[in-house]
Amino acid sequence: MAALLAILIGCLYAAGVYMMLRRSLFKLILGLVLLSHGANLLIFTAGGLTRAQPPIIPAGADAPVVPSADPLPQALILTAIVIGFGVLAFALVLFHRAYQTIGSDDPDELRVSDG
Amino acid sequence: MTAVLSGFVLALVAPGLYRRARAGAGWLLALLPLGLAGYFGSYTEAVAAGETVRASYSWAPALGVDLSFCLDGLSLLFALLITGIGALILIYAGGYLSGHPQLGRLYAFLLLFMASMLGLVLADNLLALFVFWELTSLSSYLLIGFDHERAEARAAALQALLVTGGGGLALLAGLLLLGQAGGSLELSVLLGQPHDLRGHPLYLPMLLLVLLGAFTKSAQFPFHFWLPGAMAAPTPISAYLHSATMVKAGVYLLARLHPLLGGTDAWHALVTGFGAATMLAGGLLAVTQTDLKRILAYSTVSALGTLVLLLGIGTSAAVTAALVFLLAHALYKGALFLVAGALDHETGTRDVRQLGGLWRTMPVTAAAAGLAALSLAGFAPFLSFIGKELVFEAVWAAPGAGFILAPAAVLAGALFVVTAGLTGVRPFWGAPRATPRPPHEAPLSLWLGPVLLAGSGLLFGLWPALVAAQLVSPAVTAVVGHPQHVLLALWHGFNLALALSGVSLVLGLALYLGWNAIRRASACLEPLLNRGPAMWYEVALRGLNRLAQGQTRLLQSGYLRYYLMIVLVATAGLTGATLVRRGRLASPVDWSGLSFYDAGLALLILLATAAAVLARSRLAAIAALGVVGYSVALVFVLFGAPDVAMTQFLVETLTVILFVLVFYHLPESPAVSHTLARLRDALLAAAVGVLMTGLVLLAGDVQYHPPISAYFAEHSLADAHGRNLVNVILVDFRGLDTLGEITVLAVAGVGVYALLKLRVGAQGHSAAGSTEVQPARTDAAPLEPEPGPVPAVNGAPQDGGLALANPAAEEGGGR
Repeated sequence: MAALLAILIGCLYAAGVYMMLRRSLFKLILGLVLLSHGANLLIFTAGGLTRAQPPIIPAGADAPVVPSADPLPQALILTAIVIGFGVLAFALVLFHRAYQTIGSDDPDELRVSDG
Repeated sequence: MTAVLSGFVLALVAPGLYRRARAGAGWLLALLPLGLAGYFGSYTEAVAAGETVRASYSWAPALGVDLSFCLDGLSLLFALLITGIGALILIYAGGYLSGHPQLGRLYAFLLLFMASMLGLVLADNLLALFVFWELTSLSSYLLIGFDHERAEARAAALQALLVTGGGGLALLAGLLLLGQAGGSLELSVLLGQPHDLRGHPLYLPMLLLVLLGAFTKSAQFPFHFWLPGAMAAPTPISAYLHSATMVKAGVYLLARLHPLLGGTDAWHALVTGFGAATMLAGGLLAVTQTDLKRILAYSTVSALGTLVLLLGIGTSAAVTAALVFLLAHALYKGALFLVAGALDHETGTRDVRQLGGLWRTMPVTAAAAGLAALSLAGFAPFLSFIGKELVFEAVWAAPGAGFILAPAAVLAGALFVVTAGLTGVRPFWGAPRATPRPPHEAPLSLWLGPVLLAGSGLLFGLWPALVAAQLVSPAVTAVVGHPQHVLLALWHGFNLALALSGVSLVLGLALYLGWNAIRRASACLEPLLNRGPAMWYEVALRGLNRLAQGQTRLLQSGYLRYYLMIVLVATAGLTGATLVRRGRLASPVDWSGLSFYDAGLALLILLATAAAVLARSRLAAIAALGVVGYSVALVFVLFGAPDVAMTQFLVETLTVILFVLVFYHLPESPAVSHTLARLRDALLAAAVGVLMTGLVLLAGDVQYHPPISAYFAEHSLADAHGRNLVNVILVDFRGLDTLGEITVLAVAGVGVYALLKLRVGAQGHSAAGSTEVQPARTDAAPLEPEPGPVPAVNGAPQDGGLALANPAAEEGGGR
């Protein structure tokens, strides 16, 4: 499965990069989201894939069942997802505002710094 | 240490002091250098007895860089010159620029420079030496550009900074090589060890770099052109920096490193050669000038050439001659510069053709000028006469080259005589000429310096023993590397040096009498010797500017996608190349364990991604994006990460809602990219994708460290009382990370709120600036009195919610 995920990550990165290179702020933000999906999966895969139990200590036990998944990459991805969302929300509103000001979706129109 | 620092400290308070004390400030400030001179003077006995005084302070011990100082004979000679002349210059500056609104600043710069120069000649650590070296360049820049309202002064300051700063960079490289080859950055260690750097494979690069630094600083041909330009500075500065002290830093460096690098064929050829060329070029250029300060500047270039030439010869006789000559030169040249300044101040001109017969009105200045001029010409019984004799003797005895160098030195000496006549005699004797201002005697502060300097030249000449044993001998010892006892005397008997001296005097007098003819004749040398190198400087500077412009145009296009492209191409190229060269898949790609669900999910993500990329309508793209997000969440479910999956589901839902809210009302934007551009971007994107896939496959095989999760599993329940390890990590083990995350969210939230809440209408005036970027709108609303910005501005959400741009505006825009 790691191989499949690797291909998937590659595709997500490629799609994200392609979208970020377009002349449209909408596509730029879309590309950003795809890229962050790719990055999250990258951390996930690099942390070691396992179909084991989630890292939870069952009631009555002192330690998680062996084998269970590595909790650390999961914690990192959680943080990444939330921060990614924060950035996305800000980018969307920024776009909204830019559209109001320049009346276009084209980043090339964003050339007057104090327009 | 304290001595060096005190100058910096006083530089800070000098402007304040000037505001309080006004006219007396120069005299007050002069007390510091005077005190320092006394302080250094108190070490004369000890240093003459062969001691070196050291002080060291830890600076960056990890790098082996200490702020260490060392006072030996050579340093002492320079330190006394710097502080002694410095005191006179501070007094002089007060009189010369009295009432100038920026005088306080000038004092600050002068003191800053003095402290840097002291640090330079006292530093024992090569890097400390370099830092002080650069500080002198910087303070020189500030001083030359003191009249910063004149374009000419600014250009001259920049030129001096670029030439000496460029040389400084070479010097840094040379000093680092030297430190590496010698195994230490401390000069005292390098000088004391038996290691012979001359045989080191890096000797030649080291020598060339150090010489480049020294030659640019000491204005050696062909870098001499910045020095006359630096005469744009007020005269006290020219006298101090560009005659008596800073330009001698290069000479100091050569003398200091002579025991380490000197004595080889390369050293002899390069140092002697450039020195001789500079000596003659400077002398010839001096007699073509009519401006007093420029005459003196070129004559200084010539003197610096002589010093370098002598250090190139490097015999102990030559070194002795160099140091005596250096001392004498600092005394008379400083005096003549100050006289030139006094003349300028009192008569309003520095053109020698307009000055004459001034001894009647300016008797004291005339006397000082006369003494200094006789000294410059090399008449007995001045110190410079002794120096000149020694120079001729040393040059004649130079191994292998004496018969070429001696005539050159005689010619240079004759040109010195002409210079002396022009600057010290001609303005004061003969018939009085009309000057722009009626001349009168200079005030005490203006004549004190020249009188003292010229007077000491005479004093040391009459009693050379005053300086021979205490100052010159220890300095020569420091340069040559073994103890030397120098005996100076006015009378050496009838010998070759005396004959050469006589020849050069007679020749010089003859040249002086025929000056007008000679000036016209030698004017043809000007383009070759002066404009040539200056032109190369211009060409190099223009080339550099053009290179910077071209590179900026190439890299700073202003288009986001090109920046991205540069970053991506560089990353993909560099990482990809390394992967291809080094990367090895340890095991073949493992397809086992692939279930139906996995394959189906992966296929779903791929299709949804493709749909998001290719979708024509925005809503379709947003929907496809949602599918990608939910499917990724399912991947987390499959591999034991339910918490992550849950978060992903929530966030994905919010993301889709946000997207729809923002984009629902906006019209579709037309596809603007060219097919070729798409192909190019697709290729680049594919390359990045392949690179990432390759990286993940390779990374899967690498396990450098055992995971640290065992620790979490063990301590989660015991210490943190939590059963969900992921949650415990987030709120407990790595709680600070989560705090950071929350902060990011809060900042983003504030940003979102501010962007939505701030009324667009508030920027009605600034929106006018956007007219030129939306021509479509202007065309569409021709009836509006103020077309363009108005409809766009009206789209402001009045309620602060996600109310979107006014649809009417969109229709008005014809989209």
